[in-house]
Amino acid sequence: MYLIPSLIMFGCGVYGFITRKNMIAILISLELMLNSVDINFVVFNRFLYPEQLDGMFFALFAIAIAAAETAVAIAIIINVYRVAKKVDISEITKLKF
Amino acid sequence: MAFDFSILVLAIPLFMFLFLGLVGVKMGKKITGVVGTIAMGVTLFVCYSIALTYFFGTDQGQMVNGVRQSILAYDWNWLTFTDKLVVKLGILLDPISAMMLIVISTISFLVHLFSLGYMSDEYGKPEKGFQRYYSFLALFTFSMLGLVVATNIFQMFIFFEMVGVSSYLLIGFYYTSPAAIHASKKAFIVTRLADLFFLVGIMILSYYTDTFDFNALMASPESALSSAHGQTFMGCSVMAWALTFIFIGGAGKSAMYPLHIWLPDAMEGPTPVSALIHAATMVVAGVFLVARLFPLYVLEQGAMNIVLVVGAFTALYAAAIACVQSDIKRALAFSTISQIAYMMTALAVSSNVGEGIHEGGLGYMASMFHLFTHAMFKALLFLCAGAIIHAVHSNENSHMHGLHKYMPITSIAFLIGCLAIAGIPPFAGFFSKDEILVACYEKSPLWGVWMAIVAGMTAFYMFRIYYLIFHWKKHEVKEGHHAPHDMQWTMTLPLIILAVISCVAGLIPFGNFVTVDGKALETHTNWPVAISSVCIALVGIGLATKMYYKENKLPAQLKSKFNGLWTAAYNRFYMDELYQFITHKIIFQKVCKPIAWFDRHIIDGTMNLLADMTTSASFAIRKLQSGSIQSYVLVYFLGAILLAAVTMVIVLI
Repeated sequence: MYLIPSLIMFGCGVYGFITRKNMIAILISLELMLNSVDINFVVFNRFLYPEQLDGMFFALFAIAIAAAETAVAIAIIINVYRVAKKVDISEITKLKF
Repeated sequence: MAFDFSILVLAIPLFMFLFLGLVGVKMGKKITGVVGTIAMGVTLFVCYSIALTYFFGTDQGQMVNGVRQSILAYDWNWLTFTDKLVVKLGILLDPISAMMLIVISTISFLVHLFSLGYMSDEYGKPEKGFQRYYSFLALFTFSMLGLVVATNIFQMFIFFEMVGVSSYLLIGFYYTSPAAIHASKKAFIVTRLADLFFLVGIMILSYYTDTFDFNALMASPESALSSAHGQTFMGCSVMAWALTFIFIGGAGKSAMYPLHIWLPDAMEGPTPVSALIHAATMVVAGVFLVARLFPLYVLEQGAMNIVLVVGAFTALYAAAIACVQSDIKRALAFSTISQIAYMMTALAVSSNVGEGIHEGGLGYMASMFHLFTHAMFKALLFLCAGAIIHAVHSNENSHMHGLHKYMPITSIAFLIGCLAIAGIPPFAGFFSKDEILVACYEKSPLWGVWMAIVAGMTAFYMFRIYYLIFHWKKHEVKEGHHAPHDMQWTMTLPLIILAVISCVAGLIPFGNFVTVDGKALETHTNWPVAISSVCIALVGIGLATKMYYKENKLPAQLKSKFNGLWTAAYNRFYMDELYQFITHKIIFQKVCKPIAWFDRHIIDGTMNLLADMTTSASFAIRKLQSGSIQSYVLVYFLGAILLAAVTMVIVLI
């Protein structure tokens, strides 16, 4: 039951990651995928091993790391924007061969 | 250790090389020369004290039961290949190395002193590159001293190369003259080629005997030889090949036929350098090498016979050429080749059959004796030639003539040198040459007669040179030039010292000091041989006097009568041309060109083809690496779905 929103979230994340051109939007899609995985952790823990809490804690860790990773990604995006004056990844091709 | 200070022998010249080379430019030319000479004087003192302690001291174990022992003053492990095969560096003192210490340090010191004058112009102003010259002289002295005290054959090889390098540097000292550059290259390449054989010989020898060490080899030469017992290659035993290869290395340095071609050209270097390197010390390195491994050679008669034939032939060949050369330094160079071949022959006629190695080692003793005396009088002759060249600014003897009146000291010194090399008693050469002749007659009368003829030719060409320089006709002083005269004391003093040594060196009872087995060897003057050799020398001198003392037509008549022979000898029997032909026409054209073509087109072509294919392939697939993560993710995602679908289908079916 809980897995359906998780599946929808993951599908949206993948679609957004592939199709979006704006880097912020890509980042948001990435977060969507991560959060759907977190839901999966909690759900499986709740229904398969209700007496243990490992999955819960793992979800907490994943949320914390996702936050840190978002901070890094935002910093990179800001720096890229300062240099290139745009956030559209199809136009940022300076580092290509 | 009693010989602790022997390390100074190597340390001082090495330090002086670095010091003069690095700091010399700042110090000023005169001071550099004086400092170099003084340091060499200190080295001379150390060498003499070592040699005298070795020969006359009694308390350090040099003599055990009347046999001279060889002493290892230093012995460091340097490179360890396996447990048994270790390269060491050290100092070995035995009769021949102690004798060589005396020879090298004496000549080197006198040459340092002489060069103070020679390398300056007429007003005493030092030439360009004065500091470089002295630093290279120190380098040469270091390498040569290191060569003679080497404890093992590998150390000897290293110093062999180093004398080659310093010889190259000094021949090419006048680097603005194309002839000097050419000569230095030639000398280096020829000796280097010979050293390649030397290295191969070392490898074979050490492979079978498991050691580089001279002492280990000499302790039981029979077992060293039998270690490769039964191993043969092209019909000769492996050890004979090894020793022959090592001899080729020595022959390159000692200018034996057919590797002699570099030595006459090497005379392009400054004359004191010729005296030091190309007359007295470096060129006897090959003789020294054979003498060092003498106990092996004497057991391997095959290799010994090669030494004998090469030595005897070179002696005659070089003497024949020396008779017609017009450049005094070249004539002296051929004389050097001939005399060194004499020493080689003397080594080769020794035997250990019959009377055993002690009595049979007369040739060995005679060879070392001749090495000693020859170094002295040949250095004397070269330094005289240097003084003359410095005075008349030419090498050609047609520009000299009649200098006796102007340069009396040089003239007398040169005359003494000539008498010594011609073998007139009581000068040095008589005694050593006489013993060589005795040893040759003992081997077989053929070689005795052969060497006696060479001795006669030696007397003839030396006096030819002498008369052409100092007599023949009156010296013509060119307009605007002042008359030649004797040089300042730094140049005449070495001449006088060497002349005195050349007079008395023959009286040294050499058999007491240097023998094969360390026991004193009694030498008796063999009267028939001595008298006949003196007679031959006198005939040679008489002939030279008749032909060249006063200006006359006789030499020109003889020249036109034997024109072919004269021209051939003057052009050194076309050996240089033969080498040119072989190297350029045959090796370069016929061998190197196809190889170069093969290298360029086949080997390089294959490699280029591979590289080109890789490049074009990578250009073709370059688009795959777009760098856009989104497309990667798309591909990845589709792939994952495909895999999932395939798995599902398989599972369901």
